[in-house]
Amino acid sequence: MWDYSDKVKDHFFQPRNAGVLADANGVGDVGSISCGDALRLMLKVEPESDIILDAQFQTFGCGSAIASSSALTEMIRGLTLEEALKVSNQDIADYLDGLPPEKMHCSVMGREALQAAVANYRGEVWSDDHEEGALVCKCFAIDAVLIEDTIRSNHLCSVQDVTNYTKAGGGCSSCHEGIEDILARVMKDRGETYKPGSAPKEEASPAGLTNLQRIRRIEAVLEAVRPQLKRDGGDIELVDVDGKTIYVNMTGACAGCQMEALTLQGIQQKLMEELKEFIKIVPTKVSSLTRAMKG
Amino acid sequence: MNGIYFDNNATTRVDPAVVETMLPYFTEQFGNPSSMHSFGNKVGLAIKKARMQVQELLGAEYDSEIIFTSCGTESDSTAILSALKAQPERREIITTTVEHPAVLTLCTYLEKEGYKVHLLQVDGKGRLDMDEYRARLSDQTAVVSVMWANNETGTFFPVVEMAELANAAGAMFHTDAVQAAGKVPLNLKDTKIDMLSVSGHKLHAPKGIGVLYLKRGTRFRPMLRGGHQERGRRAGTENSASIVGLGHAAEMAMAAMTFENTEVARLRDKLEAGILAKVPRSFVTGDPDNRLPNTSNIAFEFIEGEAILLLLNKFGIAASSGSACTSGSLEPSHVMRAMGIPYTAAHGTVRFSLSRYSTEFEVNRVIQVVPEIIAQLRRLSPYWEGDGPAAEPEKAFAPVYA
Ligand SMILES: Cc1ncc(COP(=O)(O)O)c(C=O)c1O
Repeated sequence: MWDYSDKVKDHFFQPRNAGVLADANGVGDVGSISCGDALRLMLKVEPESDIILDAQFQTFGCGSAIASSSALTEMIRGLTLEEALKVSNQDIADYLDGLPPEKMHCSVMGREALQAAVANYRGEVWSDDHEEGALVCKCFAIDAVLIEDTIRSNHLCSVQDVTNYTKAGGGCSSCHEGIEDILARVMKDRGETYKPGSAPKEEASPAGLTNLQRIRRIEAVLEAVRPQLKRDGGDIELVDVDGKTIYVNMTGACAGCQMEALTLQGIQQKLMEELKEFIKIVPTKVSSLTRAMKG
Repeated sequence: MNGIYFDNNATTRVDPAVVETMLPYFTEQFGNPSSMHSFGNKVGLAIKKARMQVQELLGAEYDSEIIFTSCGTESDSTAILSALKAQPERREIITTTVEHPAVLTLCTYLEKEGYKVHLLQVDGKGRLDMDEYRARLSDQTAVVSVMWANNETGTFFPVVEMAELANAAGAMFHTDAVQAAGKVPLNLKDTKIDMLSVSGHKLHAPKGIGVLYLKRGTRFRPMLRGGHQERGRRAGTENSASIVGLGHAAEMAMAAMTFENTEVARLRDKLEAGILAKVPRSFVTGDPDNRLPNTSNIAFEFIEGEAILLLLNKFGIAASSGSACTSGSLEPSHVMRAMGIPYTAAHGTVRFSLSRYSTEFEVNRVIQVVPEIIAQLRRLSPYWEGDGPAAEPEKAFAPVYA
């Protein structure tokens, strides 16, 4: 039995905005029938203001697919298209108080349906560029296709490499056999043999950034979340960057509050998307100044 | 838990009488059956009795053909690996596309190790082509492993006949009878079956106990080596309480064999007919004329199985599904795919598996609840329109990326 949150159950048992929207002017059909999840999102957009007046869905899929669809319609009603397009799959998952790793793709599907429906409204054709593979790493919800593509395009040759680039294998490590299998297969394709003991590649930043560029990006991400934290009476500052560990200081109402862990998790996710690498965010109680003085 | 439990192919509840027989082996009778003192002696006798009870259930010629293991999976692995080790010159395995992962995953692994694995296909009703089987058998075949009854559809394979053919080709024959043992009569002494797997928790014994039947004279190489338990064929101190429990459960299953094949079958048929009569666009998968008496697998088109199970669960009804989402995989059940069931139906398959504890009242209740649940989910489905599927459903809804 999946460990669904109460919010997921609520949106599954009482789906909001289900059924056909008769006067929709933007429709997105996405999903995969072989995987068993597919969704039609219907929008009614006010042309003058680009505001989503109404949103309804029909879903062929499991509990979390139906819940994600329902949540999405609730989240985007009343937003402008620009605002709605900023909704990420993580936002959908957060709205539902989280999804099991095997089910994160349901939130991805929601986001894609939104993109497809907006494209349809604007008279554009939306095409999907991602292919989904079998889930390999359950800790970080990373699938085989992503791992294989990353190994191929970055010439990776060790499990550690794969973890550095994709996060896969960085948790409980049960999936290392699966990662080794993919490594062996891809390396064979390029005429090499996989050797278990081989050293990881140079730890270059996957996005090809210099240190300074990297820190600027980190700062930009933190800057973007500050207004929201301030609204809740808190704040965050960057303390130090040590390789893959990013030290921050949470202050005000954020420090030690129950939401701290949740907030940090969200920020960590955003940072990883921005830097395209696996990083760990660690809260410290020391401000950047005192830390600098200690050297 | 006062729910309706129609998921007995997944596991069964331990019969209270079985629990009763087991309890002393946790307390007074805790001795090691190998010990020389009286603490162990009674345990040894109890295990001997259990071995005979299982022998009886399987219709085995000798009680020494019964080897206790830790589960069905261990029995499957032991049998197949032993056959390969004992005949190193033979490098091929024959099995089917619809085996349980306990066999299939092992075979995929063995393929990587250099063995050749032949997967026999099935038709739309889950039946094998015996000519294809004959054509695959050769002097290279080390072992044929074919399940007695399929866990998802209940469909039987003609294992007795297949064992004869394997024997004639000089190959060993193993069958995974985890779903069949205790539900249909077995009479191994009159067959050419060399090895057979049983799992306790499918017949009202505890989880974590299994049996490998090994016909006398079949060459064998143990998987676990160590002490002399199970005559050196499966080392490790005996799980005495569970062995005693399995013995008692085997005896009870023998006693209930007629009931299982008349009364349980009648309830299953009533359930199936009741649901099919009330739910449009639903059909039985597998071979309804040749299957376990307790199993019914029904495909509900245009909706997804996990969603069905969640709603059933809300009514206290437990069943299982072949949808991808229930297992967290990317494809629906390999059994449904092997039978060529289309995706729009394969994801919506629900397996109801009854037991001798199932009642008429429960069957009536499920017949009453299911149609409303199916209708409710179809109202959410992009393939559905009003009271029926959209005209040309696959065209009416054709999502991007497949
Ligand atoms: C046909 C079949 N084989 C093997 C098994 C595995 O048995 P166990 O859980 O005892 O390892 C099962 C149970 O799920 C089964 O249905």
